[in-house]
Amino acid sequence: MSTTLLLIQTLNGLQFGIMLFLMAAGLTLVFGIMNLVNLAHGSLYMMGAYFAAAGASWSGNPLLGILLAVPATLLLGVLVELITLRSLYQRDHLDQVLCTFGLILFFNELARLLWGSAAIPMPIPEALRGFVTLFPGLIYPKWRLAIILVGLLVALLLYLLISHTRLGMLIRAGASNRPMVGALGVNISLLFTLVFGLGAALAGLAGAMVAPLLSVEPGMGDPILILTFVVIVIGGIGSIRGAFIAALLVGLIDTVGRAFLPALLRELFQTQSASTLGAALASMLIYILMAAVLFFRPRGLFPPKGQ
Amino acid sequence: MRLDLRTLLVLLLLAGLAMLPLAAALAGEPYWMRFWARVMILALAAVGLNLILGFGGLVSFGHAMYVAIGAYAVGILRFHGVEGGLPDLLLALVASGFLSLLIGAVCLRTSGIFFIMITLAFAQMSYFFFVSLENYGGDDGMRIASGTRLGPLHLQDSLTLYYTSFLLLCAALFLSWRLVRSRFGMVIRGARSNQQRMAALGFPTFRYRLTAYVISAVICALAGVLLANLTLYVSPAYTHWTRSGELLVMVILGGLGTLFGPLVGAVVLLLLEDVIAHFTQHWQLFLGPILILVVLFARGGLLGLLAPRGKAASSGGEPHG
Amino acid sequence: MAEALLQTLSLVKRFGGLTATDHLSLEIGRGELHAVIGPNGAGKTTLIAQLAGELRPDSGQILFDGQEITTLPVWRRPHLGLTRSYQITSIFRDMTALQNTALAVQAHAGHSFRFWRPAARDPELLEPAREALRQVGLEERAAVPAAALAHGEQRQLEIAMALATKPKLLLLDEPMAGMGPEESARMVELLLKLKGELTILLVEHDMDAVFAVADRISVLVYGRAIATGSPEAIRGNEEVRRAYLGEDALQV
Repeated sequence: MSTTLLLIQTLNGLQFGIMLFLMAAGLTLVFGIMNLVNLAHGSLYMMGAYFAAAGASWSGNPLLGILLAVPATLLLGVLVELITLRSLYQRDHLDQVLCTFGLILFFNELARLLWGSAAIPMPIPEALRGFVTLFPGLIYPKWRLAIILVGLLVALLLYLLISHTRLGMLIRAGASNRPMVGALGVNISLLFTLVFGLGAALAGLAGAMVAPLLSVEPGMGDPILILTFVVIVIGGIGSIRGAFIAALLVGLIDTVGRAFLPALLRELFQTQSASTLGAALASMLIYILMAAVLFFRPRGLFPPKGQ
Repeated sequence: MRLDLRTLLVLLLLAGLAMLPLAAALAGEPYWMRFWARVMILALAAVGLNLILGFGGLVSFGHAMYVAIGAYAVGILRFHGVEGGLPDLLLALVASGFLSLLIGAVCLRTSGIFFIMITLAFAQMSYFFFVSLENYGGDDGMRIASGTRLGPLHLQDSLTLYYTSFLLLCAALFLSWRLVRSRFGMVIRGARSNQQRMAALGFPTFRYRLTAYVISAVICALAGVLLANLTLYVSPAYTHWTRSGELLVMVILGGLGTLFGPLVGAVVLLLLEDVIAHFTQHWQLFLGPILILVVLFARGGLLGLLAPRGKAASSGGEPHG
Repeated sequence: MAEALLQTLSLVKRFGGLTATDHLSLEIGRGELHAVIGPNGAGKTTLIAQLAGELRPDSGQILFDGQEITTLPVWRRPHLGLTRSYQITSIFRDMTALQNTALAVQAHAGHSFRFWRPAARDPELLEPAREALRQVGLEERAAVPAAALAHGEQRQLEIAMALATKPKLLLLDEPMAGMGPEESARMVELLLKLKGELTILLVEHDMDAVFAVADRISVLVYGRAIATGSPEAIRGNEEVRRAYLGEDALQV
């Protein structure tokens, strides 16, 4: 187990974590402020990836595809919010789970209808292909580094938005005391649509950016959705800071765990089945973490104050 | 049980199911038996889920896991050359009972959305677990050499499987009916209605909810055994969360908090899938919006639509049919 | 004075910078009807929550019938004889009044791992349930779904459910909340009837009612009991008057 390998996997974990943060930020805001469980968040991620791939093949320029995917997903999100989710705000969580589950079925099938069941190609933008030398002896894919940097930038912008703008103040107020915000005369409908749109844009960005790395296929959003929920449960629902830390934690644990646990167990126990067990255990690690958090700190590691 | 329109329709449905093999033979369509056996097997699992969902208010997004456990019990035993019905049943029941006791004990410490998520998480864990079982097919799953044999009964025989499923379904419905009206059932329903007050009255609700959870898991495992006999195949896909979602949909579609809701829901869902699939391979495109519409506008499910005038679908009093 | 059935010893509960219960020591004697009054924010609801076990005190002790129950789980307390009712009606809205009360009876009729016989036809549950409804005057409305009852009737049902657990001490949290004068008069009658049958700790804002039924009154201000005594003593207490300055609550 070389240091280089460990560093690379750590960077991969960071990249994965940053992507999870983009997903989790939107989901935790929507859940925290609008009390809406949105299972279709993963579908927005998937549509972001599809928009990027479609845009790339139509224009011949992957970067353009990615840039266009973000507003496209934002629009799609707003459309979904206006048509279906509006009626769900007053409903209980079970209703929301079922309706948004219906949306997942719909979007997965829509993708299958429009683009087929097989994965469609999405190339890395030309300027960011290849590797960059971070340290002597450590080379890392440029695109993955770009994702990390973009993600951190977005995190910074989100932080500025939440803590230094009026919208951000309303968001924070809404996260800790929803009825009050309504009572203050704020246009709640507009606020909700804006927040949802923001979440959709972030999900679309996440999907678009990882599209060159993963298979763009129907159902690609489902495993990400579950991970995203795990992240916000661990981080604390309604908390951006919690989402950030939890996302990085989950990304690192999952990536590094999957990379090294099988080999580690095989070293310790000297059998092949230990390696298989290691693989299974590695994929379960974050769920075990979530179960532990729910057990000891049911409100998450960094719940928003005032709850 | 009141003899209203709904109960009448359901009894008609059950009578129809009882006579279906005859109709299938007359029409020369043996496929019908397999289709309706599948309906009844999934209805059985839905009845299990309904115990904790419809009456207990516990939204488990991971109950397909127990169906998978039942199916894998058969598969694994057969892989090692163990024949015979008793081992199949014992392993399925003991494994699901034991695991649901552990998992339920953890999950029931949470409530609301957290309960949903943690049941989902356990289902995911079981998915990865089954995928990692490379000896038993891993991701691809494995064929099952032969079905369950209970004395003279071979469950892989279509007719035997059909009537076994029918009888077990009826038994489960009857059990549900007694359970829900019993003292045990009142605790479960009370905990759904007002958990805080239950504790304030002196009920240690945790142990009762856990018991209900285990019972529902065991019923699902039984359905899993039957499913393994129907398909002679098992794979990690059986525990995929969308399968749990399907079970939820069946219960909701039929009518939350009703006895026969799971059966009606299973029938309608599988019929819908079959019918729409004839027109387009993209039937899920319609299933999604239909589900949304039902949840938004037909809150009490199909049985709710047929409820006697002036009576809410999930009102208290006696659990209706 | 009769031996204390319920005692709090220097009970403390803080929420961040706010001390809701400030070294509170109370004694409730057997068989008495003890009222706790105080201006809003005095910590009355916090006190009830700690007595019922829904809140854990930061320090101090709660003794019931000679036993320490400070950290006893909520569900165990009714089995010792300590039951509460809620200020904001907390009933089973989707069940009938009879079923609500029967459930309360069931909580004390042994374990509930009975899977076969219908609870709705069980005389062991129904008889005591009807009795409890009779006690509060709701027996005519037994078959009505709880959600369909009038507000005052729901408050009565609250009490019936608590009574059905055969308590030694009843914690009543503002039973007259939201009631009109007729309903309040009926509740006062009920309280007078119950007095002597069991011990009652009554938290109330309705001063007419309090002075009509209480044997002793404790006045809570900022989490401390500034005065405890007979209704006459409390009426004449300077500090109490000052605490209520501006409210015509003491113009009885």
